[in-house]
Amino acid sequence: MAHSLSCVAGLFGIALGLAGLVASEPLTLSAGSSIPYLSFAIRLDPLAAFFVLTISLVGLAASIYAFGYVTEFYGRHSIGALGSLFSGFLLSMTLVVMADNGFCFLIAWELMSLISYFLVVTEHEKANVRYAGFFYLVMTHIGTAFVVLTYLILFQSAGSFSFEAFRHPEQSLPEGMRALVFLAALIGFGTKAGIVPLHVWLPYAHPAAPSHISALMSGVMIKTAIYALIRVYFDFLGGQFPWWWGFVVLVIGAVSALLGVMYALMEHELKSLLAFHSVENIGIILLGIGAGMIFQSYGLKELAALGLLAGLYHTINHAVFKALLFFGAGSLLYATHTRSMEEYGGLLRRMPWTGVFFLIGAVSISGLPPTNGFVSEWLVFQSLFLSFQIPAVFLKLMLPIAAAVLALTGVLALACFAKAFGISFLALARSSHARHAEEVPIAMRIGMGFLAVSCVGLGVAPMIVVPLIDRITGPLTGVSISSKVLALDGWALAPANMEFSSVSPPMLAVMLIGGGLLGLFLAFLFGGRLLTRSYKTWGCGITLSPRMEYTATGFVQPIKRVFSTIYQPTVKLETEFLEESRYFAKQRRFEFHIEPVFEKYLYDPIVDVFVGIADRLRILQAGSLHLYLAYIFVTLVILLLFAS
Amino acid sequence: MQPLIQAVSLVAAQVIVLLVVSPFLVGLIRKVKARFQCRRGANVFQPYADLAKLFRKQPVISTSSSWVFTATPYILFTSTLAAGLLVPTFTSQTPLNFAGNIIALVYLLAIGTFFLILAGLDTGSAFGGMGSSREAIVASLTEPAMILSIFAIALTAGSTNLSTIVHKTALLEGIVTDPSPYLMALAALFIVALAETGRVPIDNPATHLELTMIHEAMVLEYSGRYLALIEWSAGLKLAVFLSLIANVFAPWGIGTTPTPAAMGIGLVVYLVKISGLAVLIGTLECMFAKLRLFRVTDLLGVAFILALLGLLFFYILRS
Repeated sequence: MAHSLSCVAGLFGIALGLAGLVASEPLTLSAGSSIPYLSFAIRLDPLAAFFVLTISLVGLAASIYAFGYVTEFYGRHSIGALGSLFSGFLLSMTLVVMADNGFCFLIAWELMSLISYFLVVTEHEKANVRYAGFFYLVMTHIGTAFVVLTYLILFQSAGSFSFEAFRHPEQSLPEGMRALVFLAALIGFGTKAGIVPLHVWLPYAHPAAPSHISALMSGVMIKTAIYALIRVYFDFLGGQFPWWWGFVVLVIGAVSALLGVMYALMEHELKSLLAFHSVENIGIILLGIGAGMIFQSYGLKELAALGLLAGLYHTINHAVFKALLFFGAGSLLYATHTRSMEEYGGLLRRMPWTGVFFLIGAVSISGLPPTNGFVSEWLVFQSLFLSFQIPAVFLKLMLPIAAAVLALTGVLALACFAKAFGISFLALARSSHARHAEEVPIAMRIGMGFLAVSCVGLGVAPMIVVPLIDRITGPLTGVSISSKVLALDGWALAPANMEFSSVSPPMLAVMLIGGGLLGLFLAFLFGGRLLTRSYKTWGCGITLSPRMEYTATGFVQPIKRVFSTIYQPTVKLETEFLEESRYFAKQRRFEFHIEPVFEKYLYDPIVDVFVGIADRLRILQAGSLHLYLAYIFVTLVILLLFAS
Repeated sequence: MQPLIQAVSLVAAQVIVLLVVSPFLVGLIRKVKARFQCRRGANVFQPYADLAKLFRKQPVISTSSSWVFTATPYILFTSTLAAGLLVPTFTSQTPLNFAGNIIALVYLLAIGTFFLILAGLDTGSAFGGMGSSREAIVASLTEPAMILSIFAIALTAGSTNLSTIVHKTALLEGIVTDPSPYLMALAALFIVALAETGRVPIDNPATHLELTMIHEAMVLEYSGRYLALIEWSAGLKLAVFLSLIANVFAPWGIGTTPTPAAMGIGLVVYLVKISGLAVLIGTLECMFAKLRLFRVTDLLGVAFILALLGLLFFYILRS
């Protein structure tokens, strides 16, 4: 039963993926059926098709992966329910990006949120999973409220809920209302995307779900918010906005990127770490889109297209490598039944395939050539650097600073994934779980392998990806830049011109391979045939044990100390000494927490206010049936008075 | 076919120059330091002999390590060499200029950093982890400064591709009347270079004291040909940064035309320039003590602010 459902989901993914691919080429499809007041209209324009493709690509991999992964849940949960919710989740996301009507969109959006909620609480017997689910449900509905507000304002001027009417309203919105649409959309969709400070639900909800669902949520679901933002700003509002909109998006992007990676560094549960990295990568995407919006407001259309292109390229890249990494984390969970990185170690030798795939994912997310993360981060850098064409000095200066923030983010991500891979997969096993881990089933390996190949493919073949994305940015900004960006017959990328900057990912790959071969040759030339000797690592005279290895906590200690202003760490060290002498400790206890700044100073006060109001209102609920009947009667009388 | 052959031979020439020059730079710095310490010091060509010997030695591989440990020296070697090919050395007509700009250079070097950190963790020794952990923080703080400082220069030259910057500067195109942005960027980049190549006052390549070492701690378990490749790569990285500084800030004399004569002169001038810089580094190493790890952040913070000021000055001077 479970397998057949997953299989259907898998086939479904393939079909959708193909549909997305084909449709993104020539034209837009439009089909609709109408019921009074709301029409279920569907439209597949390049922007929608691109996201359908992203969803399907990851959805397909997740379906294959699920074949193996759901065996974990045999006998504990209904696999049928999990499988059908999984398929429903994919379908609802596809509907979100294809909807051509405000109502239709909201229904799909809500469906997506609710199904993902049910998927998050799959393991509802655990208290922390229930908490994560509740937190997610509340946050997502706050977001939905703002989304509804966005559409209501748009409806006011358009007089209809169809997207076509949003695009060409009867009377245009006044400036103030447009700003309100901007902010409402940013808050509404930003909650789903996980921008700082609306990200707080994300590190709870994403890790709580089963791993292939986490991959879909982190890799794909949060991208529907990016889709919606582009749809509203560039499509509905026609790309007409003041520069500060773009600047706000840029600042939010920079802050999300930096704080996302910083909190990720302190996280020692692999899946929570990955969830924080989603915040970071949404930040990077928004850096590109924000830069694009700033350029758009100054009429620099080619640069606007470049910023959008960079953001969208990173969108698909992040979907691929984040899903891959979540699959990797899921495989570790599957093999060891523990989430904490401190209990892994030495897994590369126990699980060679998972290890290699995870390493490819780690290299990609760190933005190292020749993988896909490098290309899109490079494009974001370029769109930030080209800011010197903006007439305003303030922005000329702010965009390079955003580039510096991106540089810091990139290298902190590198440190974070060096930690994640190094502590989990290298050196000695840190626990008996890790010592007895077995390689995961073939289906899971295929799912990961597929995405790992995509990571490298998207990295060395920008000449295929760029023209596809150009089909989206072309209509939105009014200029096609594909032929400009691709120089030397597509072998190099040169956003402004060859003279300002260029990069050739295929050439870099050739150089790296060539250099490696040269290294091997030189080693052979000077050293002859390789004869090695294996011996244990020098442990200063004692036999090396896993307890002597660097831990994840230890690894990030210098970073924690340097950035202590951000982390506000509290460290508690209790030592119990032997009675005979204070030189010998009987036992030590070490605790360390970082301050959840946003929850403590932003969310807790708001929650307190609502709890306070609820407390006051409690007197209404006296438990007496007569009183309740009286309430109903009074309400009825008041309503009748109003109605008359 | 003619341009292709020319390009390939230029690339080959650059590879050979970089590989041959790098051990010399290491030897030269050691010699300068020895002289300051009133020692005669080893011959400047000693690092070549060291490398040859290391290549012939049988490597010992830790039983607790994985393939990452043995692959890292090759990955480090190739990524550093690839970065070196993006930097102009004796000619500004670098054929691989199109393959990447300064961002690509930074990320190529980051590949090496990433795998070295992994290799440090892979042996299971606490020393390796210590080195990796420290390398991670030093690298995090250097890269933003590096990107900003190069950007300040890139604005003046109208390019982020290194060879184009150097070529234009050498031909005196797009030079600002006031050199202050350049000077600030130079100071920032010099600090960055010291940090990236593991030099005093950030790291000390001559120490094996666990309290202070960073790079040496990561590579502590390496031996034989693996160590040789790592040492060579460290030299290469030094050569990359010295070439970068020498040619971006003082490109004069570099071959700007693809004629043998211009390139010959370019090569001689290049060797003089980077040797001068190596002597400067050696001198600095004798003048300063190594900083405590948590004071390094202040120094790198200074580099970042300098680069930012350079950028600010550029815009103020232009407007």
